[in-house]
Amino acid sequence: MLVSEREQLRANIERQVKEFGNDRSALIPVLQDVQHKYGHVSEYVMQVVADILHIHPVEVYGVASFYSFIGHKQKGRFIIRLCRTISCDMQGKDRVARQLENDLGIQFGETTPDGNFTLEWANCLGMCDQGPALLVNERIYTKVTPETVHDILEECRTLFGVYALQEKETLCELPTPVK
Amino acid sequence: MRTTDTSKMTFSRVSPGEGLKKALKMTPEEIIDLITASGLKGRGGAGFPTDLKWKLAAAVKDDLKYVVCNADEGEPGTFKDRVILTDFADLMFDGMTIGARAIGACKGIIYLRGEYAYLRSFLKGKLAERRNDGLLGKNVLGIAGFDFDVEIRMGAGAYICGEETALIESLEGQRGEPRNRPPFPVNTGFMGHPTIVNNVETFTWVPCIVTKGAKWFFDIGTERSTGLKMFSVSGDCGKHGVFEFPMGITIQELLEKVDGTGAKAVQAGGASGRCIPACSFGRTIAFEDVPTGGSIIVIGPDRDMLKVAENFMEFFLDESCGQCTPCREGNAKLLEGIKLLQQGRCSMKYLRELCKLGETMQLASKCGLGQSSPNAFLSIVTKFKDEIMGRTETAL
Repeated sequence: MLVSEREQLRANIERQVKEFGNDRSALIPVLQDVQHKYGHVSEYVMQVVADILHIHPVEVYGVASFYSFIGHKQKGRFIIRLCRTISCDMQGKDRVARQLENDLGIQFGETTPDGNFTLEWANCLGMCDQGPALLVNERIYTKVTPETVHDILEECRTLFGVYALQEKETLCELPTPVK
Repeated sequence: MRTTDTSKMTFSRVSPGEGLKKALKMTPEEIIDLITASGLKGRGGAGFPTDLKWKLAAAVKDDLKYVVCNADEGEPGTFKDRVILTDFADLMFDGMTIGARAIGACKGIIYLRGEYAYLRSFLKGKLAERRNDGLLGKNVLGIAGFDFDVEIRMGAGAYICGEETALIESLEGQRGEPRNRPPFPVNTGFMGHPTIVNNVETFTWVPCIVTKGAKWFFDIGTERSTGLKMFSVSGDCGKHGVFEFPMGITIQELLEKVDGTGAKAVQAGGASGRCIPACSFGRTIAFEDVPTGGSIIVIGPDRDMLKVAENFMEFFLDESCGQCTPCREGNAKLLEGIKLLQQGRCSMKYLRELCKLGETMQLASKCGLGQSSPNAFLSIVTKFKDEIMGRTETAL
């Protein structure tokens, strides 16, 4: 039987809601899961979630638009978030930012035309002792220099193609342990 | 990459599980009395007495109570909770379990900030280990009737959710907008049930206090700020990282230990904290003098104070939840003021008006964010007038 993408999405969401408990407090974990899997929370998703949780879709929109890690717009496969807060600023985040813009050919807040990279600012990533810091999806990079920006982007690019499905796992790990 | 050596800290010398076993032999009242005797205050920065919070929650009769660990560490310059969660997670879970015993809770939640998502699978593994060892789940450590389990919930990149009522709103699936208080979470918290929300570090100190005794903790620090504290040090100093110092340490002493003695100023308490100029380095870090959640940002002699203030105001403008007017509009006005100062186009009269606005925000904002967001602006503007007034060319 043919299953449309929308039906699949709906089934996914229904399963998630059940897992997180069938009430309002499941809303954010469900939206986070959709964001994680599909890269954005579409209007259709908001409608479906609202139906299942018996709340108005506007409520879902209100919540989704409040949190900066949940987005309405389709973003790139890799979301690069550079910390702009004071300690990283003092350690030279401006130059890293410039180099990121140069290497990707986009400004902050934009996505590359091929849909692979989105460049964003983040507020304090909690890596102030090792700045400048940036997050690529869930992976943290510290002591980034304009020179190492290229290596980081290359590391992402190697995950394209046949390895793309594993990216979520490989880009989510602990910082390197104590030497 | 790591900058912090945690092997010499108190947390390393207290073995996980020891405090928990000792505490579970005590009655809930005895646990709370012990915390009272230690004088432990909230390590997130607000400095609310931990024993009082627990006492209030314990006094409420309810079948369902919650213990929430606030791991939404978003304050600029703070990263001690990240280090504690990576190196001393077991000690922290011990603390949560002791808290649950004290107030009679059976459910625990860690609210982990979205930026620390890489810690989630590690913590999940820890929780699974504890369930295996009988430290979580039904009849914890064989004590009949004491059930406690912990789940992890992720934040989604909102600084305001570090405020306890906003955190609870977020857990309930709402926008992270702070609630009016009272009622306090100890009465009507998560889903209307009594809830204690404590910082990661607060929970971690609890098993240490149980193991080493309340007197040990009480004898360190000052009369009103007892015990040790973890500090996140960054900025223009030789040594970055997390350090353990007693409360009541002077800023000068602290700077000597982190090789930052040439500093022009120290921002204590992150963006919502205060900027302390060099002439006041004799002041002490304690809840009664310079309070801090642990963030120490050292500002070197070559830094432009206006740029520092601008960075903080941009942060608050971005992170204000927009619910109440003083905070939503005030932060925008203060940032505009800083831009005027940078261009050298701000009259003293207007600057005084901005300061008044800042004071109004401190009084009229609904939650801690708006009440403390003008702190940095006000302290920089008043202490560094010489540097910021009448600029002839922009520093940019």
